[in-house]
Amino acid sequence: MFDYIRNFFVNLGTSWTNWLNSFLPEPAVTVVNFLVIGIILVMMPVIATLTLTWMERKVIGRIQNRIGPNRVGPWGIFQAIADAVKMLVKEDIVPDGADRPVFNLAPILIAAGAALLWAVIPFGRGMVGADLNIGVIYLVAVGSITTVAVIMAGWASNNKFALIGAFRVVAQLLSYEVPMILSIAAVALIAGTMSTMGVVEAQQVPFALLMPVAFIAYFVAGSAEVGRAPFDLLEADSEIVAGYFVEYSGLKFGWFYIAEYGNLFAISAIATTLFLGGWRGPFSHEVPALGPLYFIIKTILVVFLLMWIRGTWPRFRIDQMLGFAWKVLVPATLANLLWVAVILKLPVPQLVQWVLMLGGNLLIIFIAATMLGRAAKRYAEAHNLNPASSAV
Amino acid sequence: MLSQYAFIAIFAVIAFALPVIGLVMAWFLRPKKPNPAKNATYECGMETIGDTWVQFKAQYYLYALVFVVFDVEAIFVFPWAVAYNKLGLYALVEMVLFVFILLGGLLYAWQKKALEWH
Repeated sequence: MFDYIRNFFVNLGTSWTNWLNSFLPEPAVTVVNFLVIGIILVMMPVIATLTLTWMERKVIGRIQNRIGPNRVGPWGIFQAIADAVKMLVKEDIVPDGADRPVFNLAPILIAAGAALLWAVIPFGRGMVGADLNIGVIYLVAVGSITTVAVIMAGWASNNKFALIGAFRVVAQLLSYEVPMILSIAAVALIAGTMSTMGVVEAQQVPFALLMPVAFIAYFVAGSAEVGRAPFDLLEADSEIVAGYFVEYSGLKFGWFYIAEYGNLFAISAIATTLFLGGWRGPFSHEVPALGPLYFIIKTILVVFLLMWIRGTWPRFRIDQMLGFAWKVLVPATLANLLWVAVILKLPVPQLVQWVLMLGGNLLIIFIAATMLGRAAKRYAEAHNLNPASSAV
Repeated sequence: MLSQYAFIAIFAVIAFALPVIGLVMAWFLRPKKPNPAKNATYECGMETIGDTWVQFKAQYYLYALVFVVFDVEAIFVFPWAVAYNKLGLYALVEMVLFVFILLGGLLYAWQKKALEWH
């Protein structure tokens, strides 16, 4: 009995498969299993929206000295469900002159893209939709679908605000994809594999401790990719109303919303998988059923950090944001990639390699911070700003 | 491994089906009462002026060009990273050369002020 609970989820899967085997032929069992796993994983963005919107409104409410939702159910936990029902029964408006097929296709594409990410995210040992040998490239490739869907939405709406949002998407999402790819490449380099399961297995020490540069770059690029404050120029409600989805209403708007929170959760889950040790934790080898628990806890912590940043930082200007991506993050992640490559070829024990990696990373952070500080000082002098208030 | 890709194929079908099912469900539930004022483009209550579908600013193309260079590089870096432990010292030398050529390109774009916002 205890042995069953120790690896509960995997054993449950085995029992389920055995039960199916008792009355179905072998290929049908595989198909049924794929369908069940697929339906569970595809619901992840929806589950994320129903829980994380409530969490976000509570967290940001606390940061802004408010209470947040507290009317619908205890502590307002049914607020998200009430919103979902409202979206389902709202009238759908397609503006005059919109490019109808593209306009209708964009929400479907963005929701599908958000769901597709979950296929390769490992929740625990042996708990992954598909353990692809190109897992991390799959993540990067599927993550780019969002860009296409957002441009489609902005272009098809026949609205100038939406179009400005789409313009900004091109610059922002493309620029931040480069440091993201480079930091993920450093992970693949240390792990020696692109399979997400393999990356987690390889993390005797969380990679965030070996390569803080890659982790920070991924974290910043990730929050830019999902378009959240301080990188929310694509939707910037105070400048361009809501950017690319201003003309959407009803459930079509709902799919954009679900994709945003699904992507937020997915980005945090990927950061956990690649840099924070995924489902590894104390006793996770003896009791594999603890793995998903550790995974969810770490992911929620990353989500909380992103919400904290959203609640406290002002929005960047587009030139500052693009400059940061190309002039700071790209050189820093390239330097990190090369440094890790050099260290891995040194004939020294693994512990020394780890210390050297961390040391080099701290040096990169120090140089980047010094140069940023100097640039800020130059900018303040050039614009006659008070250095005390404009430092950083 | 082939069955893993079969899963991705099935999963992709489900992932595209879910939003479609949701929209069809909403189609049955929602009211349908369009009128000209409701269908007007929403630009802060003003009548829209001029053509919406204007040309992209040239600046965006510059970013897209630099991006393409680095994105193609990614296709090269990932296989290199996975095979790195099995390769000799030449893998390191070759990647250092490659990255420095890339960096040269980035510095050139930087110097030409392609990364500044005009």
